[in-house]
Amino acid sequence: MTANGVAADRLLADFTARKPAALARAISIVENHRPGCDRLLAALHGRTGRARRIGITGPPGAGKSTLATQLVRAYRSQGLTVGVVAVDPTSTFTGGALLGDRIRMEQVALDPGVYIRSLATRGALGGLSATTREIADVMDAYGFDRVLIETVGVGQSELEVARTADSCVVVLVPESGDAIQTLKAGLMEIADIFVVNKADRPGADRLRSELKVMVQMRSSRVRRGHDESRAPRSGFAAHAHPSDAAGPPSLGDGSAWLPPVLTAAAADGTGVPELLSALDAHHEYLSASGVLVERRRARLRARVVDVVDLRVRSRLWQDPDTEAWLDTQLAALESGGTTPFDVADELLSRSARLLTGEADDLHR
Amino acid sequence: MTASRPIRVLVAKPGLDGHDRGAKVVAAALRDAGMEVVYTGLHQTPEMIATAAVQEDVDVVGLSILSGAHMTLFPRVLQLLREQGRDDVLITGGGIIPQDDMDALHLQGVGKLFGPGTSTSELVRYIQDWFAQRQRQEA
Ligand SMILES: Nc1nc2c(ncn2[C@@H]2O[C@H](COP(=O)(O)OP(=O)(O)O)[C@@H](O)[C@H]2O)c(=O)[nH]1
Ligand SMILES: [Mg+2]
Repeated sequence: MTANGVAADRLLADFTARKPAALARAISIVENHRPGCDRLLAALHGRTGRARRIGITGPPGAGKSTLATQLVRAYRSQGLTVGVVAVDPTSTFTGGALLGDRIRMEQVALDPGVYIRSLATRGALGGLSATTREIADVMDAYGFDRVLIETVGVGQSELEVARTADSCVVVLVPESGDAIQTLKAGLMEIADIFVVNKADRPGADRLRSELKVMVQMRSSRVRRGHDESRAPRSGFAAHAHPSDAAGPPSLGDGSAWLPPVLTAAAADGTGVPELLSALDAHHEYLSASGVLVERRRARLRARVVDVVDLRVRSRLWQDPDTEAWLDTQLAALESGGTTPFDVADELLSRSARLLTGEADDLHR
Repeated sequence: MTASRPIRVLVAKPGLDGHDRGAKVVAAALRDAGMEVVYTGLHQTPEMIATAAVQEDVDVVGLSILSGAHMTLFPRVLQLLREQGRDDVLITGGGIIPQDDMDALHLQGVGKLFGPGTSTSELVRYIQDWFAQRQRQEA
């Protein structure tokens, strides 16, 4: 066996023995697509599917890390173990990143049932959401009961990350009232639960009402068949929102989930029990409706698509012969003797062996 | 083949003294040099530092120590990391540390330590050189 193979076996043994350093290294291997990444993920695949994955997204400073810490504490008091992935934007200028989410998570930092990992958004091969999903897989395989994924919900890629979770909590604050208009579409699409945090500040109730109206509008549009262009009927905002009741959120007309709009003050833990029940209710809904199975299946499917994309790309563009051949075409391209489309077709057809991986089996 | 990747550094401020301006300046400088810096804030115990370093799988731990407790803090972090199988982590940092103490810590396995007033670019270069050499050894 190769030296790499021995190291991989030792890592897997340490991982199975639940050594934190092995979990941490496994995540690094996945994050950086280091050699052995595919083999590691393949070995862990059969152990995944147990953890509930909860995304927490929203604008910077909304209190996501504070809320995540409160959730961790609550789950720990139920005897559940928790892995946390905190994704922070990378400085586009230098490629470096300052990852500060741990500062807020100090209360749970020494708990052996908690694992926290900070992740930069740097241009990961295969995209941030694919990498985050794989890291969540690794945490799931390690045996955590809950995996929390914190992302800054501003860009498209961050919203995609949120979508890799089973349940997505969108955290807003009274100050983000104006931002909602621009974030509306994306946030509405991904939010399973809204939390208006910093309810100790003025404006929380107004934002909560606005969000409820938006949730209602969306759900009635969806019921009428995705007609986004139709103007909403007036007057329905006056009806009681099903989530007004204190108990678990209702399932609307029974066929779809109506995202509850909760308020919280994460700093002192207010509203956390309600969030926990909403998350449990959402999980029940996901299980009972079959959506959970559906989503996980879709995730697995997307996973295969990602892997194919990645392999095609790396097999093609890390092949020196392909690069060299492409260079020989440049003169004809320049003079107009051929087109980028013809060259692309020819490149693909001459790379058939390369694409099946026969050429690089030795490196894997 | 080892793909090039950013250097991961944990920057922490152990001890009881009240401000972390120095540590924040260092953290920002390392980020600007292209590193991924996990910043954990003030009042970190050796246990918190070692736990975070293991969980974050960092290459380097940088400690800013002004309290004079360097002769206990550095060895303790080193020991905790070794207990978790992470004896490969570079431990560096700075503060008001007499040369004799620096030498003694170095013998125990602590990396280079920098006195107050050292430019951050010196620390950046030290970390980059150390990392490049380790990458070569692994290759
Ligand atoms: N007033 C108030 N401040 C809060 C609350 N929750 C969090 N914060 C503060 O908001 C700031 C940002 O919190 P953080 O959790 O780091 O936000 P994140 O960027 O969304 O992860 C911190 O100073 C928190 O102490 C809250 O419920 N009320
Ligand atoms: Mg945060």
